[in-house]
Amino acid sequence: MYALMDEIRESTVDMRTVFCNVLLSLARENKDICLLDADLMGAMGTKPFLKEFPERTFDCGIQEANMFGVAAGLSVTGKIPFAHTFAVFASRRALDQIYLSCAYAGQNVKIIGSDCGIHAALNGGTHMAIDDMGIFRAVPEMTVIEPTDNAMLEALLPQVAAVYGCFYLRLVRRTTPDVYMPGSEFTIGKANILKEGEAATIIANGYCVSQALLAEKRLKAEGISVGVIDCFTLKPLDERAIIQAAQKTGNIITVENHNTKNGLGSAVAEVLCEHSPARLSRLGFIDRFGEVGKRDELAGAMGINADAIYSAVKKSLE
Amino acid sequence: MLKNNEKIQLDLFAAAIRCETLKSIAAIGIGHIGGSLSIAELLAVLYQRVMDIDPHDPKKEDRDYFVCSKGHAGPAVYSTLALRGYFPLQELSTLNQLGTSLPSHCDMRKTVGIDMTTGSLGQGASAACGIALGNRLKWLDNYTFALFGDGELQEGQIWESMMFSAHHHLNHLICFVDKNNLQIDGTTDEICSLGDLKAKFQAFGIFVQEIDGHDTREIYLAILTAKQKNCPSVIILNTIKGRGVSIFENKPSNHNAEVSKEILELGLNEQAEIIKELECAANVCANG
Repeated sequence: MYALMDEIRESTVDMRTVFCNVLLSLARENKDICLLDADLMGAMGTKPFLKEFPERTFDCGIQEANMFGVAAGLSVTGKIPFAHTFAVFASRRALDQIYLSCAYAGQNVKIIGSDCGIHAALNGGTHMAIDDMGIFRAVPEMTVIEPTDNAMLEALLPQVAAVYGCFYLRLVRRTTPDVYMPGSEFTIGKANILKEGEAATIIANGYCVSQALLAEKRLKAEGISVGVIDCFTLKPLDERAIIQAAQKTGNIITVENHNTKNGLGSAVAEVLCEHSPARLSRLGFIDRFGEVGKRDELAGAMGINADAIYSAVKKSLE
Repeated sequence: MLKNNEKIQLDLFAAAIRCETLKSIAAIGIGHIGGSLSIAELLAVLYQRVMDIDPHDPKKEDRDYFVCSKGHAGPAVYSTLALRGYFPLQELSTLNQLGTSLPSHCDMRKTVGIDMTTGSLGQGASAACGIALGNRLKWLDNYTFALFGDGELQEGQIWESMMFSAHHHLNHLICFVDKNNLQIDGTTDEICSLGDLKAKFQAFGIFVQEIDGHDTREIYLAILTAKQKNCPSVIILNTIKGRGVSIFENKPSNHNAEVSKEILELGLNEQAEIIKELECAANVCANG
């Protein structure tokens, strides 16, 4: 069971801190858990893991392709490798290795991609993964997850470690808004229906869930009832939740920190077209590259913040 | 050092690998024949003499591993596995047929005895490093063997993995290069020269030996020497692509070539001659 925070506020704890702490606690219980990185341990805050488990930590240097191949080999021997790099490099530079040596080979590799979309912020467009979710959802047998906040990451990481198979986890390095109460529980593959509504349903993931809830609050104050679904598992997708929302409101707005092509919006469109056609508006990066800027400025520029969602819902009702 | 009769037995096994490989590719009419025929002696030495393996317990935890990074040589590896009893020889005729457990490129999920899936060149090198590392973490003293094509060395990932293997002192990783000097579009020198391979690997911190890749005695000795070193090893095997079938030998077009009934007959006849000579030599050995 999960519960929403009374009010959405920026977390005071970096997501990377939660990642490292939870992974450490898992590694204390399970000697097979290993951590690999490609010279971004400092950036990802995982040096404490290196300190406690030096023999199970492999900073491969700046060689992402080799890192995911080594991770696959470790998995062949029964290890559970968590391999991190920026999401851009995991999804683009090392895709062939992840596809063949990890997924096709049926291995148990956990791919950790950080600095997704607007969270890349001052690293800019070169480092802004806005296609990673689409790329990985096209890899057969890959589970694709974007934890919404720290509470969700804390709950999901043990499941990711326990379930055999390749997972892509799209993480934030720094802070993101807290949406869920600490101690909340989540089921991989099951979307969270956070708000029930009549006029429209907003389906969001990642950072955009907080923005959807803020927009919903404003709309509610105006007497407009909208639903909000947190679709944190992009694959396997909770098709039932999407179909039910379509049948209930007939008006779906997707919002993602990602290119609208191949991401959440595309995945939802596929479900609607096949099972329950409904009006659909997709918010996200509209087939464009990212650019440099602060996170919240970028959210506004790309049209994925609460204001943009509010406007999109209003427009859909015209 | 191998005794003469031991060497003959390995040479006979290599000939058997070539015969079974020819037959399996001929069953569908086309396949990666050239780079399969060039590695028969290596496979014979590894699977018949060196590797700690059990065909009846193919997943034995402390076994030696073999990663065929040049994954297109699957047909030769499958023939070796079948000859060693991992699965019936009859299965070899299903190579590349729809639904087969023997696909063109090595696939650990489909074929009993295949330790790693390969096919995108360069990737097996990193996986072999990971396997060697994982086994060391488990305090096992087994070995991981990996085979690269020489054209495959044009992939950057090979050199990432070599840098990694030396940094982590993976002394239980022994790699081979099937240096037959040919790739799909021509000779390696014509396409993208590999330069001084020995010096390149040495510069990465690897112990390098260069030998005749069709001499089972040299291969065996080189592996024993490599096992004495406290660093990863590369053994460069000077080979002939298409070795053992005269119409294929040293022809770039043999990478993925037709094996007709006539070619099969020719190849089997040529191998039969070799086998006959080896058996004569074996009798001489046996009779002192």
